[in-house]
Amino acid sequence: MHQLLQQIFSGLAAGAVYASLALALVMIYRATDLVNFAQGEMAMFSTYIAWTLVDAGLPFWAAFVITLAVSFVGGMAIERIVIRPVENAPILTAVVVTIGLLLIFNATAGWIYSYTLQEFPSPFPDRTLFGALMTTRDVGVIVVTLVMLAALFCFFRFTATGLAMRAAAQNPESARLCGVRVGRMLALGWGFAAAIGAVAGIMVAPVLFLDPNMMGGVLLYAFTGALLGGITSPVGAVIGGLIVGVTENLVGTYLIASQLKLTVALILIIIVLVFRPNGLFGTAVVRRV
Amino acid sequence: MAETFPVDGTAKMAMGRKSATAIAVWRWAGTAALIAVAVVSPFTLSNYHVFELTQVMIYAIAVLGLNILTGYNGQISLGHGGFYAAGAYTAAILMHRYGVPYWATLLPAALVCFALGVLFGLPALRFEGPYLALVTLAMAVAMPQLLKYFDNWTGGKQGLVLVKPMPPPELGIDRDRWLYFFVLLVLLIAIRVATNLLNGRNGRAFVAIRDHPIAAAAMGINTARYKTLAFGTSTLFTGVAGALAAIVIGFVAPESFTLFLSLSFLIGSAVGGIATIGGAIVGGFFIEFVPNFANDISDAAPWAIYGLTMLLFMYVMPRGVVGTFGPWLAHALQQFGSARRAAK
Amino acid sequence: MAAILELRAVKAFYGQSEVLHGIDLAVEEAGMTVLLGANGAGKTTTLRAICGMVRSEGEIAFGGRRLERCSTEQIAGFGVAHVPEGRGTFIGLTVEENLRIGGYAAAGRPDEKMQLMYGYFPILAQRRRQQAGALSGGEQQMLAIARALMMSPRLLVLDEPSFGLAPRIVEAIFGIVERIRREQRVSVLLVEQNASLALEMADRAYLLETGYVVTSGSAKALADDPQIRRSYLGY
Repeated sequence: MHQLLQQIFSGLAAGAVYASLALALVMIYRATDLVNFAQGEMAMFSTYIAWTLVDAGLPFWAAFVITLAVSFVGGMAIERIVIRPVENAPILTAVVVTIGLLLIFNATAGWIYSYTLQEFPSPFPDRTLFGALMTTRDVGVIVVTLVMLAALFCFFRFTATGLAMRAAAQNPESARLCGVRVGRMLALGWGFAAAIGAVAGIMVAPVLFLDPNMMGGVLLYAFTGALLGGITSPVGAVIGGLIVGVTENLVGTYLIASQLKLTVALILIIIVLVFRPNGLFGTAVVRRV
Repeated sequence: MAETFPVDGTAKMAMGRKSATAIAVWRWAGTAALIAVAVVSPFTLSNYHVFELTQVMIYAIAVLGLNILTGYNGQISLGHGGFYAAGAYTAAILMHRYGVPYWATLLPAALVCFALGVLFGLPALRFEGPYLALVTLAMAVAMPQLLKYFDNWTGGKQGLVLVKPMPPPELGIDRDRWLYFFVLLVLLIAIRVATNLLNGRNGRAFVAIRDHPIAAAAMGINTARYKTLAFGTSTLFTGVAGALAAIVIGFVAPESFTLFLSLSFLIGSAVGGIATIGGAIVGGFFIEFVPNFANDISDAAPWAIYGLTMLLFMYVMPRGVVGTFGPWLAHALQQFGSARRAAK
Repeated sequence: MAAILELRAVKAFYGQSEVLHGIDLAVEEAGMTVLLGANGAGKTTTLRAICGMVRSEGEIAFGGRRLERCSTEQIAGFGVAHVPEGRGTFIGLTVEENLRIGGYAAAGRPDEKMQLMYGYFPILAQRRRQQAGALSGGEQQMLAIARALMMSPRLLVLDEPSFGLAPRIVEAIFGIVERIRREQRVSVLLVEQNASLALEMADRAYLLETGYVVTSGSAKALADDPQIRRSYLGY
């Protein structure tokens, strides 16, 4: 029983990371109808930026905030420069553009920082709580994620720009008629997604060790979590990410060790999707004929 | 935001019979020229280049499979690397364990992959868009792991080393060139089959389902049957490509069939033109040569160059090379034809 | 009276096809102009051309400003509030949020304006926290108009507000629009299939047929002309 709770808790911590990246994916999907394959690599690159700042002597949380700001601006720039040219092209074209971005980020990180694993500092002390039930690191990750989610919720619910972004994602034409600069809202969406991804990367780096391929597996799980929750639902993304984290951990502990863990987890989730083809909280697109 | 890709037939109908015949003649001439070049080139190139071109053709068959499913039928697949692997290992196991001659492995590989595709296509009916992408992604991710797991069949992580086929001695050509022509023959058959399929009833049903599934069903098209058929046909093509790869390379291992292979097929498809047949060949060239070319430009970060090249192609030709030039060429030929007739 | 909106020789295109063939149109300051015509005549296209939603040629002048090269968002910012065909409601947002987003680009404090809207449309006050998608057709139409008014516009552009609504509700809505026009001095450009009601309210009327203006004049003149009534308006 103790082990079960332990695994559930550490699964939640991993799930918090998946949930964050899943949220970034959903944000971009809602705004631009596109799955951003490069989300993981962008997060990895942000994490390297944070690492560079810490290595240069900045205190951790200062580096954290600066990285978030840089990632936000970077995300906006990518939407403007890389994605805007293909916004009216067929979906597959845009998908291939994100795959290209993925390669560019990965290779550039490898070129600048090499492929050797780096240690990434954790701001949380390495202790266990409640009789080895959970680690302070896990608690720290979960708390940071919750704070971020709360901040995002307040932004989208209570500010004018947040409302404008939601409106632009739902109905861009009507939003334009209200004077909303839809292009700018899309760029902001990408900015937020990049910043959220940076948080995910920074939280997971101490555990996975920093290297250019760090986020590949995380992206896969995040994608799964986003779909499980419903690709159109931010709440779903978070819950889906958490479920995937716990499932991955439990499958790894009780069913099958490393190798096939991913396959089994994926299959379990696909079985769920068979019964709910739009995810747990997703809405079916009702198309009028 | 649905984009439509014209199927060849509609373009022809719009142009009138005389122009259509003119275009058909040009098309026939162009194809004959290409085949002539394909037949002659192995004798003018080095062994290594011949091997590369053989690989191009194998990728072309694989991408053609993906085009049928994603381009013509609108079902996205991130898992075709897995079906490619299935074909490759079917051929490899038959050759390695049971001594089946290489040319006889193609049919079983085709059947196995067709069955796999239909098996996949059935649950896939429930999923659309990113959900379908995830399900197919599972295939791509699971395949290498399953291959490592069932190691007494597959040779596990080390894979299987195969004996490369010997060319028939009467022909007097070496092994690389023999394999080149073998693959060329299969490619030509594949193109013929795909053309007949896609220009016929089935192809029209595929496209109707892609563009307007509700209207298609309302017109009496059995959507489930055709979508499953598209899946199975698509994986059949890609599986045969995989079998050819096993034969030509002489080696299969799980690490050759990663998710990146699936993504490569998708990239080749998009760059060539996703709802075209000729685009598959362009895609094959792209997948085979651009990574090497990127390596030549920068050995610090070749994949970054590959990525940049991809972006460039997508910006300049969002519908792929054949997707952009095909209609343009057809239009130009029509103008040319009507200008000539007007001048007479 | 001065014209707040003037169209001169405006053509509009969907892709390569020309669908408006050089139309002239005017809306007087604080007046109401109605565009009539059968389906496919080009009424909605005209409205979309004004708001920069389709490719167009010709002159479109609003309050002395030329609109042709402007984006839809900019035109909204100048004071043109367009309620599109089908209302364009943000069904995933609440009634209150719909109103708020209407006031996004406008100056002035949204809360006061919202109170004003609740005054014109009390039913919206009752439903303020509900999802806009749950409202009935008539209520959504009121919400759409209220949303447009949150922009404090100088020109209100309405595309078939009576569509799919019961006659009683249509009369109520038109009554409110007329009241707003008088009280706020907003000019109105109205596209309607329901010709009789529209002609009663409007000052000027234009009749469109396959992209051409075939008749124009005061609303009363068009309403009284029996030939036009019989041929084009069916009564």
